[in-house]
Amino acid sequence: MQNSRKQKLMIVLFILFGSAVTVGLVLYAFNQGLNVFFTPTEIVDGKASTGQNIRIGGMVKQGSLVKDGLKGAHIEFVTTDFNEEIPVAFTGVLPDLFREGQGVVADGYIDADGVFQATSILAKHDENYMSSEVKAALEAGAKKQTKAAVNL
Amino acid sequence: MQISGRAKLFVPVVIFLSMLALLLFGLGRDPNLVPSALVNRPLPEFTKPDLFDASATVSSTQLRGGIFVVNVWATWCPPCHAEHPYLVEISERETDITFVGVNYKDDADAARAFLQERGNPFKFSLTDLDGSLGIDLGVAGAPETFIVDSTGTIVYRHVGMIDNKVWATIFAPLIAKIQ
Amino acid sequence: MIPELGNFALMLALCLASLQAVVPMAGSFTNNQLWMSLARPLSSGLWVFMVLSFSCLAYAFLHDDFTVAYIARNSNTLLPVYYKFAAVWGAHEGSLLLWVLILATWGYAVSLLSSNLPLDILARVLSVMGIITSGFLAFLLFTSNPFERLLLNAPTEGTDLNPLLQDFGLIIHPPFLYMGYVGFSVAFSFAIAALLTGRLDAAWARWTRPWTNAAWAFLTCGIALGSWWAYYELGWGGWWFWDPVENVSFMPWLVGTALIHSLAVTEKRGVFKSWTVLLAIAAFSLSLLGAFIVRSGLITSVHAFAVDPARGIVLLTLLLLIIGSSLVLYAIRAPVVMGTATYGSWSREVFLLINNIILVVATAMILLGTLFPLIHEAIYGEANRVSIGAPYFNALFLPLMALLAMFLGLATFSRWKKTSLDYFKQQTGKLLLAAVSLGIVIPFLVTAKVNMGAMFAVILALWIIGSIAKDVVSKARNKQNLLAGLRSLSLSYCGMQVAHFGFAIVVLGICLTSHYSVEEDVRLATGESISIGKYEFRFDGVVEREGPNYTANSATIQVFQNGEEYLTMHPEKRIYHARGDVQTEADIQIGLFRDLFTALGDPRGDDAWVVRIHVKPFVIWIWMGAFIMALGGITAILDKRYRSKKLVNSPVLEAGVMQPVLEH
Repeated sequence: MQNSRKQKLMIVLFILFGSAVTVGLVLYAFNQGLNVFFTPTEIVDGKASTGQNIRIGGMVKQGSLVKDGLKGAHIEFVTTDFNEEIPVAFTGVLPDLFREGQGVVADGYIDADGVFQATSILAKHDENYMSSEVKAALEAGAKKQTKAAVNL
Repeated sequence: MQISGRAKLFVPVVIFLSMLALLLFGLGRDPNLVPSALVNRPLPEFTKPDLFDASATVSSTQLRGGIFVVNVWATWCPPCHAEHPYLVEISERETDITFVGVNYKDDADAARAFLQERGNPFKFSLTDLDGSLGIDLGVAGAPETFIVDSTGTIVYRHVGMIDNKVWATIFAPLIAKIQ
Repeated sequence: MIPELGNFALMLALCLASLQAVVPMAGSFTNNQLWMSLARPLSSGLWVFMVLSFSCLAYAFLHDDFTVAYIARNSNTLLPVYYKFAAVWGAHEGSLLLWVLILATWGYAVSLLSSNLPLDILARVLSVMGIITSGFLAFLLFTSNPFERLLLNAPTEGTDLNPLLQDFGLIIHPPFLYMGYVGFSVAFSFAIAALLTGRLDAAWARWTRPWTNAAWAFLTCGIALGSWWAYYELGWGGWWFWDPVENVSFMPWLVGTALIHSLAVTEKRGVFKSWTVLLAIAAFSLSLLGAFIVRSGLITSVHAFAVDPARGIVLLTLLLLIIGSSLVLYAIRAPVVMGTATYGSWSREVFLLINNIILVVATAMILLGTLFPLIHEAIYGEANRVSIGAPYFNALFLPLMALLAMFLGLATFSRWKKTSLDYFKQQTGKLLLAAVSLGIVIPFLVTAKVNMGAMFAVILALWIIGSIAKDVVSKARNKQNLLAGLRSLSLSYCGMQVAHFGFAIVVLGICLTSHYSVEEDVRLATGESISIGKYEFRFDGVVEREGPNYTANSATIQVFQNGEEYLTMHPEKRIYHARGDVQTEADIQIGLFRDLFTALGDPRGDDAWVVRIHVKPFVIWIWMGAFIMALGGITAILDKRYRSKKLVNSPVLEAGVMQPVLEH
């Protein structure tokens, strides 16, 4: 009797311990891997804090891409939702579908100078070459603009 | 702690159904469902300045006797930028449809430059600087696109971007029906 | 004419599938032998018409019949002939046709290889498969018909297959993957039949095991091929991205792995019955969920199919009917009482339970991560989008797999019912010591650096491999010599050890690659070079080259090993004529101990390009290990006890008594 009780207690403790570890792990993992999506307007509005892991979506501004004359594989461009603009810096290979005037999604963080330091640039486009995230960001930007226009 | 044996076996169903609800939400989250009071009503009367020639005007009486696709757009509207190449392409392909551009609350110089640089899909371009035509059309934002049949009746209102898929699945069948 | 024939065959197949869904099932409830015995001919007929329909589509593809809308969208006269064939399953409609064809094939296989099944069970199994097949055939015919014609203005040229898919990997990856996904429908159908019959016994587990193993082996290969394809075709140098589409293929695999293990317990010891049935339902349900996510456009991904919410609703309804009803049936019919056999705290049963818990927790984490963006949007609205990146999955998955690997080594020595702790100590003490010391010493001697992660991985792999070796030797030692001993081992035992060995190889591959890879994305002008370890890569410029249906910028990279000329690599950037798509074609030199990976980026000023150069040690081990695992699964199927015909008629099982059938 004593023994089986002890065994039950052990099992309960084990389950409690296991769940606690799992929950802790999940929270830690979310902290690591969760990227909140922001549009350039939202970033200018100060909704994203500096250094936080975020994902940004918008269009690559025409004529903003600088890749020559920079050191190594470094590039810079400006992403826009046609309402606000955010400069982006990136080192590495650009995806095949990256083009000026096209949508772009990038993961990274805002540095102290307000430049978005991209750790990866995504080439996730649907067959119409417009990621749904970019589409949503641009349409949100448009709504805002429409409101502004109506209030004139 | 102790749930009765049988009840426990229902846990998977409950989990599954809640997941299904989530998926259903996911499917339904993206429709451009905006009811329009103007569908099946005549196109409102208007006379507006031509975008390319401020002394000339475009009026609603000119939009008769054929199928018209009226696109409300602006250079400040990003999805308009995105849908523009599709409009150009579609207008080149669908020559028996007349495309009309309503430049909505925009800077006319920027609009002209935009069309000159990126191609002009519109046979008629008019300016709606004060947005009055937009109000008559019940426009909520840009881009919006209307199909007008040969009797001058609005057959369909589309909110949001047009691309090849939207054209093929929504516009083309509707236009084929009224032709 | 041919496409109409294909369409007609599809309709006939739907008729046969509907009959197969209803008649044998009705026969099994009314005890009508004739109706039940119709299950076999119906499933053969269904299979024949599916093959016919599929061949018609393939024929139309090979003959460039662009009056068929699907072909006009996914093929092109310039496409090489083998890609024309692979293009049959290059997009939604055709791949769904393949999906249903494979479903029919599994059903046909069950009808052929089921001579040891009682007729009522067979009738119900095939009926359940008939229900699933009719559902998907109806979906195929009415929402996604690949034979639909373009009646007006049929183009003279097709718009080409997506260049990402113009690759050997694509020819074989989807068929394997679907064989795996759809293969779980057999285990599912057996589970439903068992629930309906109320006979969840050792015989049921025994019938289910080979089918589950087969599906699992195919899925293992399918996932490995997909990851390999991503590695060399996407040009990013990565082999797993935790992309939603990858995740939905991985979840059925994890649950399928858990199912294989819990089936072993259910067969041998008669416990965990309800749990095993639930896993069988879950494995196939997750496959269906994967099909839904990929085909509804719910989540964007590199390899998702075209977005169409209307199709999504139909698929969701299908999911509700198939999964919902099976789970309700489960809730009503699954046995509540625990099996009669009891087990002690360090028994093999407990280790297999731990295996199941880890795998199911891992699946739940992946499911949560995959659907979390949707959950977040449901709560906070569309304006607040989030995405879950690879760090989330790595942070969760890697510790869980390390745990799994640790228990795997220990479990190898466990016995059914009870294992004494002293026995474990005696068996594993030296082994553990050897694994830890070698695991620390070897990586240090080879690299002259301390890398905790890599050392830990080597320890885990040695721990698993060592315990396998020790166990095999001790099992074989009882015979007069080792060879005779090895021969006396059962194939299912060998299969298990082979699969576990494959797992150790995968662990090694994953960990060593992630810890020792050197990845450089550099800007190189013609003549410039970069050194990585003993290799030097010299960029010798880019020339234009014409391919069959593309124009390529082809780079020349001269590789030197220890200063001597070693090989020349030609990574390319291709522009496909038909769609104007740009595609990176990496050049990879595969080696047993390291891969040299080069991919061409974008031009950066005069003569200079960004070049991606990776040296990836042991990366091939990931896929080698996966294929070894699949081989293990196949080996276990060949065990002769799955072929014994007398089993069914044993009075004990007929009476439905849950008596574990013990072996050895």
